[in-house]
Amino acid sequence: MNNLAILPIILPILASVIVAFFPGKLNIVRPLSKIFMVVFLGVMLFITFKVYSDGMIVLQGGGWDAPFGISLVLDYLSIILVLTTYVIATAAVFYAPHSLSDQQEKFYFYTFFFLLISGVSGAFITGDLFNLFVFFEVLLMASYGLIVLGNGKAQLRESLKYVLINLFSSMLFVTTVAFIYSLVGTVNMAHIAERVDSIPAEDQGIVTVIGILLFFVFAVKAAIFPLYYWLPNSYVVPNPVVSALFGALLTKVGIYSIFRVFTLIFVHDTGVTHQLFIWLAMLTMIFGVIGALSTNNVKLIITYNIIPAIGFILMGIGLFNEDGLSGSIYYLMHDMVIKAALFLLIGALIVAAGTKDLSQMSGVIQRFPLLGWLFFIGSLVLAGIPPFSGFIGKLLLLRGALDQGEILLTVVALLSSLLILLSMIRIFIRGFWGEKMEGMTTNPSKVHALTIPATFLISISIYLGVGAETVLPYIDQISSYLLERTEYISSVLKG
Amino acid sequence: MEIIMIVLAAILFATGVYNILQKQLLRIVIGTVLISHGAHLFILTMGKLKRGAPPVEVYGVTEYADPLPQALILTSIVISFGVTSFLLVLAYRAYKLNQTDNMEKMRGSEHE
Repeated sequence: MNNLAILPIILPILASVIVAFFPGKLNIVRPLSKIFMVVFLGVMLFITFKVYSDGMIVLQGGGWDAPFGISLVLDYLSIILVLTTYVIATAAVFYAPHSLSDQQEKFYFYTFFFLLISGVSGAFITGDLFNLFVFFEVLLMASYGLIVLGNGKAQLRESLKYVLINLFSSMLFVTTVAFIYSLVGTVNMAHIAERVDSIPAEDQGIVTVIGILLFFVFAVKAAIFPLYYWLPNSYVVPNPVVSALFGALLTKVGIYSIFRVFTLIFVHDTGVTHQLFIWLAMLTMIFGVIGALSTNNVKLIITYNIIPAIGFILMGIGLFNEDGLSGSIYYLMHDMVIKAALFLLIGALIVAAGTKDLSQMSGVIQRFPLLGWLFFIGSLVLAGIPPFSGFIGKLLLLRGALDQGEILLTVVALLSSLLILLSMIRIFIRGFWGEKMEGMTTNPSKVHALTIPATFLISISIYLGVGAETVLPYIDQISSYLLERTEYISSVLKG
Repeated sequence: MEIIMIVLAAILFATGVYNILQKQLLRIVIGTVLISHGAHLFILTMGKLKRGAPPVEVYGVTEYADPLPQALILTSIVISFGVTSFLLVLAYRAYKLNQTDNMEKMRGSEHE
């Protein structure tokens, strides 16, 4: 049964190869991709069930026992993120045909899409630091393919910056792996953790330096202050479905990597590293929210809202207690779903109103009530109003913060939640309310088709909030498992 | 030997960063290539350099070079090769569409 661990990576690769055979035949590719995605989602649900009932699944690549081979580790954290990824991807694949032009779809959209899913799942599953780099490259390559789809002037310009910043941080990642290798002589994460433990306390300084360097790499990918400047422009230019995938998945891979290495490997000098996270989390929240309030472009508002969410997740890692970690994981899951949903809704709104500019928009709710109310619920979920899922995550995070006596952090987090709500409600009040505007779309059925996949994501998000009772025990299990560390190390290295 | 290699890698990094900070697009691409070369040399050095030793452990061989950095570099070279060729094409297309290869002029504006 160990081979289950490879399925989240290999299934989308196979699908991407199959759909690449008929690029021009959209009437084959579209239904095929939808069927693939639904089947894969079923498989992932089965694997999740399997992991939670029988314990974590570890696959040693090629039968080479760790630390010599590459380990794929499906533990409680990674499987839940893989499942969320597949949920979002399923919604996206139903959204794509209505949002993209035929021309864009024919330029191998579905191939890149499946490769992106494969890369993201691989990054979640792998237990090897160098392999993590490889999967980062897989997902980045796919994202380069997706970001240039459409070939617009601004799009190419912004993708150039996106590629350059990612290329630079990837090279830094390789360098950091080299540092780690020279220090401990291994790149398997469980093995690194074990060897780092045996380094005497007076030599731990170099470990912290490497930790910060690695944090820098992941912080670029995750868009943490002050390294978020590349994000807003490059996420706003592509098609909404591509933005949804990027916003929901790519930055989250970065923050997941921080999660993994700073709960497993670099845990000996939390006074330096994790305290740094708390400060950066505060600044990330503040600056992200200021960005969101500064613009009238509706898509840019959502894009800027990615940044404070990353701040919230980082805050839990910085607190490094059980409540904080539970809150972070919950918030990570919730944010992946709701960000994708909001991007999809904004795509529908732009089609409905025919403009991105909030100052020219009004009264959209009169023509499209479902879209309006879904967006309203989405805003409340994002801001963390009870009983929705954002509230549960924030409640845990704030409880964790108060346990540690981080009063300033609590205040900043609460204040930025309020400002997030303001930035979202601004769209609702000015875009949806008011006089019915001129120049609304003449094609309402397209807007309805775009709303349906978002409805699916919003309902999952509502379930995460209202049904927190059923989800929370699993999340608590993950956080105590992460704090424990020994289960991960011993299951990977038992061979 | 390791010291020389590290200094060489440092020089590559420095020239790479210098080139990335230029305005001309092609120089930036060359800068990323130089940095990736520096990173690759660096990995090789970190595995300790040995001359005349095979990278495999066979019966009877006591001195062997570490095979892992070599495998890592190979992977990394292939990746940076692919990304660089993509980047060149992208830079060319961006230049064609925007009619400039000056990064200062590629800032973009609020109203697009």
